Amino acid sequence: MAKLMPGLAAIFTEEHQILEAARKSRDLGMTKFEAISPYPIHGMEEACGIKRSSIPYVTFIAGSIGLTSALALTWYTSAYDWPINVGGKPPFSLPAFIPIMFELTVLFAALASVGALFYHAGIPRIDPPTIDPDLTSHKFAIFVPENETGYEAKKLESFYKDLGAEYVKKVEAY
Amino acid sequence: MMKRNQLILGDKTLKDITDDICQPVETLPGKGWVGMFLSAKTLLLFYIFVLGMIVANGMGLLGVNHPNGWGTMIITFVFWIGIGHAGTLISAILFLFRQKWRTSVARTAEAMTVFAVMTAGLFPLLHTGRPWLDFWLFPYPNQRGPLWVNFRSPLLWDVFAVSTYATVSMVFWYIGLVPDFATLKDRAKNKIRKTVYGVLSLGWRGTARNWSHYEMLYLILAGLSTPLVLSVHTIVSFDFAVASLPGWHTTIFPPYFVAGAIFSGFAMVVTLMTLVRIGFPQFKDYITLDHMEVMNKIIMTTGLMVGYAYASEFFVAWYSGNVYERYVFMSRAGLPGTTGDYAWSYWIMVTCNVIIPQIFWSKWARRNIAVMFVVSIFVNIGMWFERFVITITSLHADFLPSSWGNYAWSFWDGALLFGSFGMFLTLFLLYLRVFPAISIAEIKPMLPVGRDDHKGGH
Repeated sequence: MAKLMPGLAAIFTEEHQILEAARKSRDLGMTKFEAISPYPIHGMEEACGIKRSSIPYVTFIAGSIGLTSALALTWYTSAYDWPINVGGKPPFSLPAFIPIMFELTVLFAALASVGALFYHAGIPRIDPPTIDPDLTSHKFAIFVPENETGYEAKKLESFYKDLGAEYVKKVEAY
Repeated sequence: MMKRNQLILGDKTLKDITDDICQPVETLPGKGWVGMFLSAKTLLLFYIFVLGMIVANGMGLLGVNHPNGWGTMIITFVFWIGIGHAGTLISAILFLFRQKWRTSVARTAEAMTVFAVMTAGLFPLLHTGRPWLDFWLFPYPNQRGPLWVNFRSPLLWDVFAVSTYATVSMVFWYIGLVPDFATLKDRAKNKIRKTVYGVLSLGWRGTARNWSHYEMLYLILAGLSTPLVLSVHTIVSFDFAVASLPGWHTTIFPPYFVAGAIFSGFAMVVTLMTLVRIGFPQFKDYITLDHMEVMNKIIMTTGLMVGYAYASEFFVAWYSGNVYERYVFMSRAGLPGTTGDYAWSYWIMVTCNVIIPQIFWSKWARRNIAVMFVVSIFVNIGMWFERFVITITSLHADFLPSSWGNYAWSFWDGALLFGSFGMFLTLFLLYLRVFPAISIAEIKPMLPVGRDDHKGGH
């Protein structure tokens, strides 16, 4: 998770305005800005130039680990450490272990994927910065950190005002 | 293309949606809720007393005996686990199928899943008779050899299936709640509320990068939950199907159990949603009659599947030529030449599950709140009896007539069954007041497309 940065935030009231603003910001060559919205906006990833999430790779690897662990667990306990004859079945009776392998695959994959979201989104975070409390309800914002290429508070303020921003404000840290 | 009705009525703005859904969480409860809560709570206290009596005195308080080693605990366990399945179906499977109407009911259906699984989970743990030794169910290194659990037993598969299902359902539900907790935190007027919802929201900010990962995770969890939910009732059915008793040992059990689970779960969703619509009238704009009608169609469809399974079981019993299998089914239906002691329960089941839902062929019935409420209650009764029929009719009369015997239903069996509703309803009523009952972040993109046609469009 990146460190908090001071910067400039432009607040919008309509979904299409922020999509437009994100697109235009990217056209200016900005890459570090954030678009904040109360719900996922269709087309926002393209507008901001966000790459596809890497979580599926985590899911796949964790699922594979889960599958292998379950296989190892059932083999070790039932066939290696203390083989017990149950109903004349061979000690390593694979079909009977498939339910366990399936469940542990799903469990590992699901929990690791959630862990990956926590890592990427930088949560849990105590006392996160807030720009405007309405950003989780009905308003939208573009936040530009000070280290953004070509950051110039005055210029950006009029740029976003022209795009229909309700107001533009300085933010201490976000 | 067919023109569809709007999913959200009343021409809402984004702020209206937030206000409507947060209202039950941010205001003091009315008399109706308090009344229901106190009743449910009383039933819960009674349930705790019943469970205490059963743990202290042993399983003998219930009607289990020889040959009926499984009774109310297992029947009610399967009943509640089945209820939970509709929640996952709505939240995961319908999400993958891009059924947008699911959004209005998904949160509450998932809550129902989590609470139903919690209610169900207690039964097998207590049914062991010595619940303080339940940690023996898990394969942990111990000083007895180590002696391991038997991975070839469907009962152990159940331990893994149900605990995985409970964990993943809870995580899925919680991930969906995180952005809404952030909304509640930002709206909070007092410090305690801000702190509590702040902690629950984990510091969620809603940046485009976060949403991108979040949506991917949601899709993945839906994709993982889909086979998971099918596996859970499949494995529950293995508890029966892997045994060699007549009436249990059949390959139709997994799909039959899954269809029955979805059937009973949707009935419970309809029961709860009709009550939610009465209790919180502003939700009528989100959970519309169209939503209820779709769920009633699913109830009728899965009811027909269950009916087909009942018929198929009879056909296979006859076609197999197996005398024991034939006897069990003839006895279930109370045909002459059999004891038919439990024919009454079989016909209650058929009436409630197959005959009564046929009323949903009529559009009027599908859109009538009173009718659907009554039908959903009947379906719930019928599905409890289905598990009763499966468990008891097969156990009470198996191979040797000399070892037959009837289930000794006692006061505690009934108390246990009714008490479990106290636990479920108490949790559910608390949920309605503490968590947003409709997903705020998910419902907003459902606003009619083209609403800003006049000011720029999407």
